[in-house]
Amino acid sequence: MNLTAIKVIYFNEMLRFWKTLFQSVASPVISTALYFVVFGSAIGSRIENIEGVSYGLFIVPGLTMLSVLTQSISNASFGIFFPKFTGTIYELLSAPVSFYETLIGYVGAAATKSLILATIILATANLFVDLNIAHPFWMLGFLVLTCIAFSLFGFIIGLWADNFEKLQIIPLLIITPLVFLGGSFYSISMLPDLWQKVTLFNPVLYLVSGFRWSFFEVSDVSVGISLFMVFLFLAICIAIIAWMFRTGYKLKQ
Amino acid sequence: MDSIISIQGLSKTYKSGFEALKTVDLEINRGEILALLGPNGAGKTTLISTICGIISPSSGFVTVDGFDIISDFRKTRSMIGLVPQELTLGAFDTVWGTVRFSRGLFGAKRDDAYLEQLLKDLSLFDKKDSEIRALSGGMKRRVLIAKALSHQPKVLFLDEPTAGVDVELRKDMWKIVNKLRKQGVTIILTTHYIEEAEEIADRVGVISNGELLLVEKKDELMESLGKKQLLIDLKEPVKKIPSTLEKYDIELNEDGTQISYTYVVKDETADVSEVLHEITNSGLLLKDLKVEQSSLEDIFVDLVKEES
Repeated sequence: MNLTAIKVIYFNEMLRFWKTLFQSVASPVISTALYFVVFGSAIGSRIENIEGVSYGLFIVPGLTMLSVLTQSISNASFGIFFPKFTGTIYELLSAPVSFYETLIGYVGAAATKSLILATIILATANLFVDLNIAHPFWMLGFLVLTCIAFSLFGFIIGLWADNFEKLQIIPLLIITPLVFLGGSFYSISMLPDLWQKVTLFNPVLYLVSGFRWSFFEVSDVSVGISLFMVFLFLAICIAIIAWMFRTGYKLKQ
Repeated sequence: MDSIISIQGLSKTYKSGFEALKTVDLEINRGEILALLGPNGAGKTTLISTICGIISPSSGFVTVDGFDIISDFRKTRSMIGLVPQELTLGAFDTVWGTVRFSRGLFGAKRDDAYLEQLLKDLSLFDKKDSEIRALSGGMKRRVLIAKALSHQPKVLFLDEPTAGVDVELRKDMWKIVNKLRKQGVTIILTTHYIEEAEEIADRVGVISNGELLLVEKKDELMESLGKKQLLIDLKEPVKKIPSTLEKYDIELNEDGTQISYTYVVKDETADVSEVLHEITNSGLLLKDLKVEQSSLEDIFVDLVKEES
């Protein structure tokens, strides 16, 4: 195991984050604040409590997940896409580093960034609503696993993409709609029967639901199923990456 | 001689069907400087990239210091440094940051003193905190060399290192190459500048169309394939070569003031003294004479021409 290599990849990626700290932090903080002003205060005051939780509070886990999912994907995909784009990938390929070490370095850094962002978002949310976390350990568990799973997914997109359009298309066309329709801002019990069933096919529902349960002990699906789905998503990502590793997919000719 | 890189039956066919390497066999000796010559698209970069691990071979084996490049990739790759042809660098990294990154990536322990000396040798030390994007093309090339040497490799690949490089950097680069050679580093370089190969290499390999046409000691190559030309200025111009000289490869220049006799140095049948004797006997009056030797460039052009 080339630990030194993992370390330098990780810290090099984190360095990119620190260099653009203002953008990295300001944008999620501002968007979270906007969501709270619009949904929490302006509209939320006219919305009834959902399963005993005020609307402003109810959207906190969904809002956090929205940022975590999009940021994990964009950080991880950009991290590996950029060396491919500039050509500096030659160094990574010629170094005594295995694919898994590369993966740990890039995905570890992307997941760490998402975790930091999530903390900042939760702290921002705490300024608007009184946040009490019922199961902090579960909350952290769901958060960490989601950060890792979606950073892995982002890494796959970064490897697959050979232009900037491809890099953007999955987050824009698939992830954002799935997050919005996955119960981030509402409980699926508010939907007609048919749409409740359709929503069950949306993997994001399970992430948001489990995460929300760890805050308020209210959920759309049971927490066990949520946990299972997170692990399933992780397993699928790892399987795809293992296949990419074996075949040298899009990395080696 | 002790070989450090052994290449056996190496071939590479790209997905497009393009056969970039056709069964290459090559032994690279420890501590030598090997120059690979060949026209664009000959397969030089594919060969280097395969040894370094950037391209997977279609068939064949390569070992570096006895270790297989695939099953023992950690050992082989940590012995190799590569300076690529393109100026591929992260624009926002600093010089110091990127060199330290390279050292770590190759699994070497942190050694700031070594890296400091390396940057000084490459006249980069005063730029160590500059971002790469602020550097000139020549400086970027130096950074690539620093990155390749950051982990003290035993083997250094230089892919077209002097393409688009000014005289000063070229001189600096050969100074570094010489220093590395003294330290026992094996250097493999590809180049278009044949005079460079002629000046610096111990052996020369010629690649064309994915095939290694030959690998020979530079001096022996020059000797075996090198032609010499005996140029004789005449006191009085003549209209044609005397008939007694027609059996030799002798040509007369346009104004009839100079005759030239071309011969292969190694050719036993070429007898310069006999030719000279015949020339004097033919009644030609000699004013002056000199001998010119063909350069590696002429040899290279002839070889590739023959091949195509």
